Amino acid sequence: MPFAISMSGICKRFGSVQANDAIDLNIASGDIHGIVGENGAGKSTLVSILYGFYKADSGQIEISGTPYTHNSPADSIAAGIGMVHQHFMLVPNFTVLENIILGHESDRDLTRSIEHARHMLMNLAHQYGLVVDLDAEVGDLPVSLQQRVEILKALYRNAKILILDEPTGVLTPQETEQLFDILRSLKEQGVTILLITHKLREIMAVTDCVSVMRGGRMIAHLNTAETTPEELAELMVGRPVQVQKQWHQTQKGEAIVKVENIHLSNADNQNLLSDISFTVHAGEIVGVAGVAGNGQSELLNILAGITAPSAGAITYHGHRIAAENPANAQTIKALGVAHVPEDRHASGIVLPFSAAENAALGYEDDVSHGYKNMFISPQQLNARCADLMQEFDVRPQHPELTSSLFSGGNQQKLVLAREMSASPSVLLVGQPTRGVDIGAIEFIHQQLINMRDSGCAIILVSVELDEIMSLSDRIMVMNNGQIMGMVNKSDASVKAIGLLMAGVQ
Amino acid sequence: MRRPLPAWVDISIMPLINIAAAFVVSGIIIALIGENPLTALTIMVKGAFVYKGALGYTLYYTTNFIFTGLAVAVAFHAMLFNIGGEGQAMIGGLGIGFVVLGLDPILPPLLIVLLAIPVAAIFGAIWGIIPGWLQARRGSHIVITTIMFNFIASSIMVWLLAGMLMAPGQMSPETRHFAEGVSLAQIHHIANALGWPMARSPLNLSFGIAIIALVAVWVLIWRTRLGYIIRATGHSEKAVIYAGHDPSRIIIITMAISGGLAGLMALNEILGVQERVILNFTAGYGFTGIAVALMGRNHPFGILLASLLFGALYQGGAELDFEFQTITKEMVLMIQGLIILFSGALALMFVPTAERIYGLFSAQDTAASDQSRSGKDSQNG
Repeated sequence: MPFAISMSGICKRFGSVQANDAIDLNIASGDIHGIVGENGAGKSTLVSILYGFYKADSGQIEISGTPYTHNSPADSIAAGIGMVHQHFMLVPNFTVLENIILGHESDRDLTRSIEHARHMLMNLAHQYGLVVDLDAEVGDLPVSLQQRVEILKALYRNAKILILDEPTGVLTPQETEQLFDILRSLKEQGVTILLITHKLREIMAVTDCVSVMRGGRMIAHLNTAETTPEELAELMVGRPVQVQKQWHQTQKGEAIVKVENIHLSNADNQNLLSDISFTVHAGEIVGVAGVAGNGQSELLNILAGITAPSAGAITYHGHRIAAENPANAQTIKALGVAHVPEDRHASGIVLPFSAAENAALGYEDDVSHGYKNMFISPQQLNARCADLMQEFDVRPQHPELTSSLFSGGNQQKLVLAREMSASPSVLLVGQPTRGVDIGAIEFIHQQLINMRDSGCAIILVSVELDEIMSLSDRIMVMNNGQIMGMVNKSDASVKAIGLLMAGVQ
Repeated sequence: MRRPLPAWVDISIMPLINIAAAFVVSGIIIALIGENPLTALTIMVKGAFVYKGALGYTLYYTTNFIFTGLAVAVAFHAMLFNIGGEGQAMIGGLGIGFVVLGLDPILPPLLIVLLAIPVAAIFGAIWGIIPGWLQARRGSHIVITTIMFNFIASSIMVWLLAGMLMAPGQMSPETRHFAEGVSLAQIHHIANALGWPMARSPLNLSFGIAIIALVAVWVLIWRTRLGYIIRATGHSEKAVIYAGHDPSRIIIITMAISGGLAGLMALNEILGVQERVILNFTAGYGFTGIAVALMGRNHPFGILLASLLFGALYQGGAELDFEFQTITKEMVLMIQGLIILFSGALALMFVPTAERIYGLFSAQDTAASDQSRSGKDSQNG
């Protein structure tokens, strides 16, 4: 039986970078095949070539033994390849059914198309156990169901090969399990699945085979049953990696962050946060777990002074900031609170600025001189940035280089360097390792532990449950804008936290 | 293979290519109406730089473009598209009129001039602040409001100059002449007084103020904390909030500075040349300022060069109109239009080709561009 996908000698060059270098990849029909690799390893490029977003410079692709040339995603869909993107491509105010037939209406008459599709989808849903309310508005569905809609969309277009790009980033552990069940049942029905992820645990859990990419090359093809996460991590990075984290018990100090009854409602009077109260002590990391979009981001922004809460109060070191009299980010910073924001590219740095300029964002006073701190000295900017780059191993060490030219990991290290160098007593951290390569993750985690050991109170928001579990002394789980529970590290299990994340108490 | 162009090529070679393209197209049109394009070009250059007093006229126009170009550029650094330079300059002129007409019977001329300079900026600034406030606090788009404010300014000018400010005993919409000595001295007067013979031209001391403004804007944007925050606002308002500043406030301040610079343009026309407030003294300089800023890539040095180019075009174009029967004023306007088109709207047209050519000549890899591509790659992932 021919391979479902056979790619050989795929090369793709962007400018001076060889994004894909002579890639060979064979995927057996009906397999679940994983591709792992760090950011920039070329996974996305490879998948984009397969799906028709890019054209390879050289190399051949065969789909089920037939040589295959394509120019657009439309050609790929016609060839039976479907893709579920990391960020869903759905129209939120359309129903599930409308979303699925979008671009594939069977008839000029919409009513007839919908009826035709409804019939087909009932069968599909039955066949694969993919149950979704076809008449629900997609915007009202939880992300896990939106993802099912994406999968249904691909199947409706007769996909025999399904590509999933980082599908579990937005799911609870239980939802992830459900997704894997769906994938397994698709596999039984003969669908070939290509799974792109950076979570080795998931590779181990669901795939039959795994391919490792590094620096644009295919490093290894392995049978999942014959490998270990440690081996995969080492292949990805190219050197041994410490998978066990550096957490150890410490003595926590006095309570320096007190959050009392924080509420936040939006313009439509919907509650985004209700009745949030907790305390954080010096020398402690409190991890905030939850599926993305359950109020963690809002909470972090309130703590940092970016959003004003509707009610409640926050106390830092005895300075009480009540909702009636909100403080801005600068006032809060002056209380010794540093903030590593979740959306690095929108908030944490200004992409077109030089690294040196970004190393001063929010700390302009430190590099100002002259009449009432009016002027900024480029020499001081550069010198300060060079120091930070040295200390936090930001590469390349060119303070004057535009920030967008640094890799995600190095951008994040620069932000961390800036915030940590202010020697804060409270550190707010959002998604510290999003889009960051494994080598940098190790470093960033070590820095966070070091900060904690030196007596800093750290509030860590992350959608990576592994990260939360390995770094936090206590784990606060949020669902739908509420605290579902506060769990000590010793009592924490993935199952218990997963249930809390799903809103089950 | 395409490679991104280094900065110096982007700000020096590319504009020259764009201008050359505009001149080639203009040349074709001039040839089509039966004139020799090279002769026309010669006359234009001579008319702008060589003939007696020509350079003075060119620099006089340049002064206007520096002010209005800077106004657009400062706003653009905060990603605000200030189309209202025209109206802000008018109101700046009105401010000068109020100060001078009200005070010239009682105060010495020098004091009035020293007072009129900041007032021109303040009046222009007010005309920038209102759209800035509407954008920052109410979300009305600055492009729409500044255009509307041009109309309002223009109507106010008509209303006042044909009404309460109109000089008695005549029919044109303008104020009385300012008192003797209430003006910015013209350069040829100063030169002649110092014993250097110089041809007559309207070039006056406001050119010096324009040069000071160029330097001041450079310092503001690249050497002050405010400039840093203005640029940050332009790229990412979220980052500005994160850093603890209020972007609305920055937008209003930026529009004040922008409007103030446009208001200063009135110094050249009202205090330097007319010595009274007349209708339509702005003559479209505010709009041309948009093209100047675009062409000068919002950098003061680029704006100086672009202002010189447009100054030369205005002055040399007038000469062209004078020399040739077939080349009319409208024809000259069309050439200006082509330059704006090629250096503004089509500014990026030749960039891919240039990048390819540059790629052929520099096969060497640099760490920076490697990082650039892998950065983009990781954003896809």
